[in-house]
Amino acid sequence: MCRLFALTSRDPISPMRAIDALNVMKEGHDGSGVGLYLNGLSGPFEELKECPILSGIFTEAGLRRLDQYSMDKGFKSKFSILYAPDGPPPVGTPVRGTYAAIAYSVPKGWENLSEAEQGSRLVQMRLDLKKMGEESGDMMVFSFWPDTIVIKEVGDPLEIGEFLQLDRNKDIYARRILAQGRQNTNYAINLYACHPFFIEGVASMTNGENTAFIPIKEYLQSRNITGYSGYQSDSEVFTHIAHYTTKRLGLDIRAYKHIITPLSDSEIAEHPDRAFLTELKRSCRKLIIDGPNCVIGCLPGGRMFMTQDRKKFRPGIVGGKDGIFGFSSEVCGLNAAIPDRDKSKDFQPMHLDTVIVGPDCKEIIQCSQTDQLPRQL
Amino acid sequence: MLSDRPITPSTLGVKDLPWQIKWDKDLCTQCGRCTSVCPVSAIELGVFRKRTIVTPAGLRKKPSNEHSIFYGIRQKTDPAYGCIGCSMCNMVCPNNAIQPNRDEGSTTMKFHNDRGGQPRTRGGRRNSEESLLDQIKFMRISMLTDPALDAGRHEFSLNTLIGRIQSPEESLKCMAENGWKPPVREIYPLIIGGMSFGALSPNMWEGLQMGVAYLNEELGMPVRISTGEGGCPPRLLRSKFLKYVILQIASGYFGWDEIIHAIPEMKVDPCAIEIKYGQGAKPGDGGLLMWHKVNKLIAAIRGVPRGISLPSPPTHQTQYSIEESVAKMIQSMSMAWGFRVPVYPKISASSTSLAVLNNLTRNPYAAGLAIDGEDGGTGAAYNVSMNHMGHPIASNLRDCYNALVTTGQQNELPLIAGGGIGKSGNLAANAAALIMLGASAVQVGKYVMQAGAGCLGSEKDRCNVCNIGICPKGITSQDPRLYRRLDPEKVAERVVDFYLSFDTEIKKIIAPLGRSSSLPIGMSDALGISDRDAAERLGIKYVV
Repeated sequence: MCRLFALTSRDPISPMRAIDALNVMKEGHDGSGVGLYLNGLSGPFEELKECPILSGIFTEAGLRRLDQYSMDKGFKSKFSILYAPDGPPPVGTPVRGTYAAIAYSVPKGWENLSEAEQGSRLVQMRLDLKKMGEESGDMMVFSFWPDTIVIKEVGDPLEIGEFLQLDRNKDIYARRILAQGRQNTNYAINLYACHPFFIEGVASMTNGENTAFIPIKEYLQSRNITGYSGYQSDSEVFTHIAHYTTKRLGLDIRAYKHIITPLSDSEIAEHPDRAFLTELKRSCRKLIIDGPNCVIGCLPGGRMFMTQDRKKFRPGIVGGKDGIFGFSSEVCGLNAAIPDRDKSKDFQPMHLDTVIVGPDCKEIIQCSQTDQLPRQL
Repeated sequence: MLSDRPITPSTLGVKDLPWQIKWDKDLCTQCGRCTSVCPVSAIELGVFRKRTIVTPAGLRKKPSNEHSIFYGIRQKTDPAYGCIGCSMCNMVCPNNAIQPNRDEGSTTMKFHNDRGGQPRTRGGRRNSEESLLDQIKFMRISMLTDPALDAGRHEFSLNTLIGRIQSPEESLKCMAENGWKPPVREIYPLIIGGMSFGALSPNMWEGLQMGVAYLNEELGMPVRISTGEGGCPPRLLRSKFLKYVILQIASGYFGWDEIIHAIPEMKVDPCAIEIKYGQGAKPGDGGLLMWHKVNKLIAAIRGVPRGISLPSPPTHQTQYSIEESVAKMIQSMSMAWGFRVPVYPKISASSTSLAVLNNLTRNPYAAGLAIDGEDGGTGAAYNVSMNHMGHPIASNLRDCYNALVTTGQQNELPLIAGGGIGKSGNLAANAAALIMLGASAVQVGKYVMQAGAGCLGSEKDRCNVCNIGICPKGITSQDPRLYRRLDPEKVAERVVDFYLSFDTEIKKIIAPLGRSSSLPIGMSDALGISDRDAAERLGIKYVV
């Protein structure tokens, strides 16, 4: 089973702090992959907050093709971190080329586009580049969005972290970090199958298996939304459902759990929002998951959340102190990352709960599905 | 018959008949119950002359003849009186002295059951034992990556939805604007399919209704039953139990005068309205209630004279195009109940099903589509229609579900599948397979008659006389001497029994797949089959 660890901090921190926590949970992952999502970046990227950042892995030819492609679209590179490791990669990790995060200035007239249109175009560009890369094998693209870097690689998280010298470059220190140590289960090792998954500012990672994957995947694919594709992993649908909930339906993240694990009819009958929840349960029936999963995600604006399937077969814990909070699939990871917290305030969300920590990193907000929802409509 | 007498082409011997009576002279008590119970008078009292040659030992005395008479059972060989294999003779025999045996090699009768130029008509099912649904396995069993659930202890949500379910965007918009929402019913995914009051005996109907009411009221299972085309008893129309009933309207409109007039007096709305355009067992053919069964009660409920055959037309006569027929009919029915009741069509599975479906996807009032495959069946029809007309349900349903997936409406328009579910007794497995291929619910008829009332019919052409009112179990007869054999209370008990056992079995299937919080509609990755072509056609895994 994959191990998950996430940090949300008021001040930028090194991604290695999350990787170290994953290393403590090592017995739960087999080192077949690691994924990192960084948001709330510091340094030069912080000054380019509006500029979409492309992250991925490129060969020399790939970088040249990328330059051509972005120029054709009117995007100009403003700042980039290109890291081509000198030494040999760790055992099991292929030699790839340059790990890149490039911030671009947007073309003229971009500001006249609606926010939705801007988002859709950025997603389409990421998909175009991914497709170009799949055809020739010279590039892999994980995200293209402002204030966002996603890194994915095959191998042991700690070894990869050291190999990529994640600790040294303060320019990739971030306020919100999602990190996943992969346990390869059903699907062949494929970088695009590594978590966290990302679409238009919404990122999430999941452990466990998604038994309702096929009907959910078919439903998302048929929504006609740019970017609802890929699905090399059964966990990618969790990200897209979160995106669909918040961006497409315009609902608060607290409605997410009502979509993926709706209350039973008898519970809904007692709920103050019963009419709304009945409708939501029926119309989003195809998005009901059956677990067992722990989902940790991050939303535009910097809110981080954790929630669980209804069976609650997967553990998950949230704890921390003023200024920094950790979301972990195991308590040992949290102990390693934030040892000096008040452990009595740790919270393990149960089958009805969603946990949210805001970007101010002041407190853990616990929401139960039985609570009244904020006004949705 | 003496050996030098002329014979006709249709002169048959017992060996020519598919069902041959085996009678044991030593065990027979000559009580006569078997001959009196036989629904087709296939056996009669036989007076047999027996000659015995007595040959003494030695040569002094000559052999002599002794003639004696004994009584027993004689099987008629006239095709009109051919044994149907129901075995009621055996059931009533105190000594187990008689029973019909099927002789697979005796096919002569098949060529002679069209006397007077009338091809064979019968009741029952498609007489074929093959079942693709039985071949489908559930093979995505959760092992260590995802612990399998405990079917006995875990909480399961098995209910499904019938009605037009809005997309999430439409639904939120509708809530915000306080607009009209299509009616949606939450029901149990196993529906008792349309078998009319008239096709079924009053006792059978009452038993089914009581069973359904018990399941709902006492066990909290929202089971629904379709009336079939034949109206609905007036008291039921005016009772609170109507909400468990799906009223069917078909091309003969039988009973609808009564229903329409009862609308102002209805205490509750019916569950749904099913517009029957076709049924799987005899696609392109209307319903057929033969004159034998149209007695005073049936005639009154249907609003027709007594003693005449009631063949429904093959199509609804008032309409001439699919657009008109589907849209107009759905609209009219919706309007009759103030747009509070889901209305959906039922069609025979056919290569034209997709055209109907595509039409429905554009009709915001269409509440679903019921598709009835060729297998199974309970209706009365020509033998050729039952055995050779129609389309298997699996691929037809799958095509329709995939078409909905393509347009993104797989949650909006529920598909109800029927036709051969549980034909070999594997009700839960067949139902689960169809649900995972994309059905929101399944409907069964034949299984209900077999499990709920002890119908003797089989796919080996056993009994199959439902059409002419002589059902030996009283299930499909309108003759009080026959239907009083059936105790409605016991039918209700059996209905509850098989629903409860279905419920347990369906959990035993979906729990190991790791599913519990919603019915796994369209979870095709769980299915496998050892037939490569079928796997490819259905889009499921090929496993050997």
